[in-house]
Amino acid sequence: MARLKTIARRTFLIGSAAIAGGVAFGYYRLRQDPPNPLLKDLKAGEAAITPYVRVDAKGVTLITPRADKGQGSYSMQAHLIAEELDVDPHKVRIDPGPPNPAYFNSRIMDDSLPFSTIDDGMMARGARGGGEVLSRLLGMQITGGSSTVPDGYEKLRMAGAVARETLKEAAARRSGVSRSQLKTRDGQVIFPDGKSVTYADLAVEAAQLAPVTDVTLRPEQEWRYIGKKMRRIDIVAKSTGTQQYGIDIRPDRVVYATVRANPGIGGTIKRYDASSAEKMRGVKKIVPIKDGVGVIADNTWRAFQAAAAIKIEWNDPSYPADSAGMWKVLENSFSKDLQDSRLRNDGDVDKAFAGSSKPIEAEYRTPYLAHAPLEPMNAVVLYTKERLDIWTGTQIPVFLQAHAAKLTRLPEEKVYVHAQPIGGSFGARLDDTYALQAIELAMAMEGVPVKMTWSREENMAHDYPRPIQLSRAKGTVRDGMVESMSIDVAGQSMGASWFNRLQAPVPPGSDTSSVNGIWDQPFAIPNFRVTGYRAKEMVPVSPWRSVGASGNGFHHASFLDELIHAAGADPMAELIRLCNHERSKQVLHTLRDISDWKGARIDDRRARGVALTLSFGVPMAQVVEVSDTPQGIKIDKVHAVCDVGRVLDPVNFEAQVRGGIIWALGHAMNCELTYENFAPVQTNFHLFEAMRFHQRPEIIVKGLELGGEVRGIGEPPVPPAAPALANAIFALTGKRVRELPLNKSVTFA
Amino acid sequence: MQLTVNSKRYDLDVEPEMPLLWVLRDELGISGPKYGCGAGLCGACTVHIDGAAVRSCSINAGGVRGSITTIEGLGTPANLHIVQQAWIEHQVAQCGYCQSGQMMTAAALLSKTPDPSDSEIADAMDGNLCRCGTYTRIHSAVKTAAQMMKGK
Repeated sequence: MARLKTIARRTFLIGSAAIAGGVAFGYYRLRQDPPNPLLKDLKAGEAAITPYVRVDAKGVTLITPRADKGQGSYSMQAHLIAEELDVDPHKVRIDPGPPNPAYFNSRIMDDSLPFSTIDDGMMARGARGGGEVLSRLLGMQITGGSSTVPDGYEKLRMAGAVARETLKEAAARRSGVSRSQLKTRDGQVIFPDGKSVTYADLAVEAAQLAPVTDVTLRPEQEWRYIGKKMRRIDIVAKSTGTQQYGIDIRPDRVVYATVRANPGIGGTIKRYDASSAEKMRGVKKIVPIKDGVGVIADNTWRAFQAAAAIKIEWNDPSYPADSAGMWKVLENSFSKDLQDSRLRNDGDVDKAFAGSSKPIEAEYRTPYLAHAPLEPMNAVVLYTKERLDIWTGTQIPVFLQAHAAKLTRLPEEKVYVHAQPIGGSFGARLDDTYALQAIELAMAMEGVPVKMTWSREENMAHDYPRPIQLSRAKGTVRDGMVESMSIDVAGQSMGASWFNRLQAPVPPGSDTSSVNGIWDQPFAIPNFRVTGYRAKEMVPVSPWRSVGASGNGFHHASFLDELIHAAGADPMAELIRLCNHERSKQVLHTLRDISDWKGARIDDRRARGVALTLSFGVPMAQVVEVSDTPQGIKIDKVHAVCDVGRVLDPVNFEAQVRGGIIWALGHAMNCELTYENFAPVQTNFHLFEAMRFHQRPEIIVKGLELGGEVRGIGEPPVPPAAPALANAIFALTGKRVRELPLNKSVTFA
Repeated sequence: MQLTVNSKRYDLDVEPEMPLLWVLRDELGISGPKYGCGAGLCGACTVHIDGAAVRSCSINAGGVRGSITTIEGLGTPANLHIVQQAWIEHQVAQCGYCQSGQMMTAAALLSKTPDPSDSEIADAMDGNLCRCGTYTRIHSAVKTAAQMMKGK
């Protein structure tokens, strides 16, 4: 990891060769899989047939390296392996495994490439191949980008199949019966005479064999789990308070800690006075850390109290002190020298504008937003001169390992990351600042486990938010149709900010995140141009559920709706007419039918809006229905239709779509981070509430299975929800709201 | 100070102003009640005191009069409370971090109002935040739990 940037530069050259259509010789070498990490720490009597299956005398352990933040990834990974391995995912052990390059994510770079996720052309496929090589080479074990399923759909089933056939081979050698005559069921190999032997019993012999790799995946008619209602492996634990999260780890002799870092992220500490805090009950140590101070005590609350009692003077960070200043930076970024991208330029928008007597112009704004998962950032760390153990929830275990090694000066192989189930993330645990702070504190308490927890207030201030975006849009209509649309977007680069914190190479080329959800949308507007402008970095930012499209969906789908209304067209009919992507079109047709769409107005107090955003390869369209009530606008109903190729688990699929919509609507209604004196004004959930129980709409979900590539569903439900709601509000009130959150302009019941 | 938690009596030496949540989590190692906001805004720390739903982050340990029940005392994997059965049946949880609090609030509601109307459910559950957005299934699970109680 130390050589990350150099390696990456070289790899990009190789990737470029692949992109250009030729295949560099080294490319195939780079396609080799890294060695199986489980073989390294194997104990006697254990077999690790693939990086995903470990068998010992006690039974089978499935390795599920993608972090579970609630999206159900442990369960899905386990079911995919089990589908071929013939075990019951509820009866085997599940282990997230160690940080290791073998668990690289082949699809994590897709969203950073200047190709639409539905572009299947040679260039796009070449770029994705290059992205995969890069991820493989850097061992990018990252959970994100709705990629757990696309990355694991074949890989994990193959791992299960290889393990199964290898266990059968062990049984064949023991019994003399040929492997082809053996069957498997529920963790056992079955002989032709009906006798059986457990996988556990075969572990030692299987460990001696080279894995059997000439396997084929089962046809779907034989599937037991995929496509059927799955039961989450963690559902009992999570329904009984017995699920252990990182914040619940409590080793013997543990001490409790918290930190206060500069609430203006990036600003440093000038001086502090802990004289009164030191005397408070239970306080063991006050420790200066990077850009702040930590308190170690015998109880988390006592640590919170003492931290609050420290008098601290800060040095200001270098970005503007308040929101007005930050917006000013964006307003001043629409200049030729700051132009970063023009990924779409169909027809000739300038000609269309010149030929129109009244082009429509609008400005859209989306705010900084915190991830604010309910489990605050935390980590338990035990430091000794010989090794470092970190228990925490993380989406970036290999990066955390590398950063921790650098901080402690221990070799990477002496840094043990014990990944924990996560109480919500939405992108928050794609950073590891909190864990590094905990390590700093643990280094001051050698040999004693330190459990560091952020207070909610610390969490709100240090949650690297989604970036603010400002767009200037212009368009024309002709003969009842949308004729042209140009959207100029100014934003700071999420990629530059985040990759730099990861100490990883910033993907070269233009910053796709600032314009994803706009330039790549499946509509054939005759004249369509999307231009990205790169504002300077301000508050450090990070990926937030659905990343660039999360805000951009609002900019794009709201302005398109504006043009459609100006044309006097029906929003649903015009979207369908403009749509030039077959799967997206089918999604819209289905949505029109199931929502019984008959125009944006339903009656004198009810209306609806429609939006489609394609993100992470998934066309997702929604109709949001609102009504006028004496208490304000109420969101009554949402119809959501998408195509993910195939729905792997209808139960969790529905949960992810509904949750994503509630997430998006809630934040669109009432959430933003605004800044005063470099820090967010929103310090807790009273000022960052999102949706409450009574506001939940009825949500009807339809997942199409049009047979294309299987896609993830964690993020795609988010982008179209806010514009569909704003479009509904326009249809209801005649008021076009162009800035989020919407409660700055309208009242919600 | 003495507290009774899940029918067990504890003698504690803590300052009376320490919030109950931190006595449970850090002094007693009872981790079902979760820290989310520390200000009574999210409900993840909800416990019962003599059957009433209380935000344990916002009541001082010294102010507790009565017997405390946490999610661990409501039911166990081997002996599920009706609310927990309903939560499992509907697969409510995503990250699950708020669900201990959600179930404690729902159980307190149903013990007083066995057949709640939709608006009574909304009134009771409105103080419990779920960032994953599981509200639809929470509503279904509360209805199912009410049905199951009727059948008992």
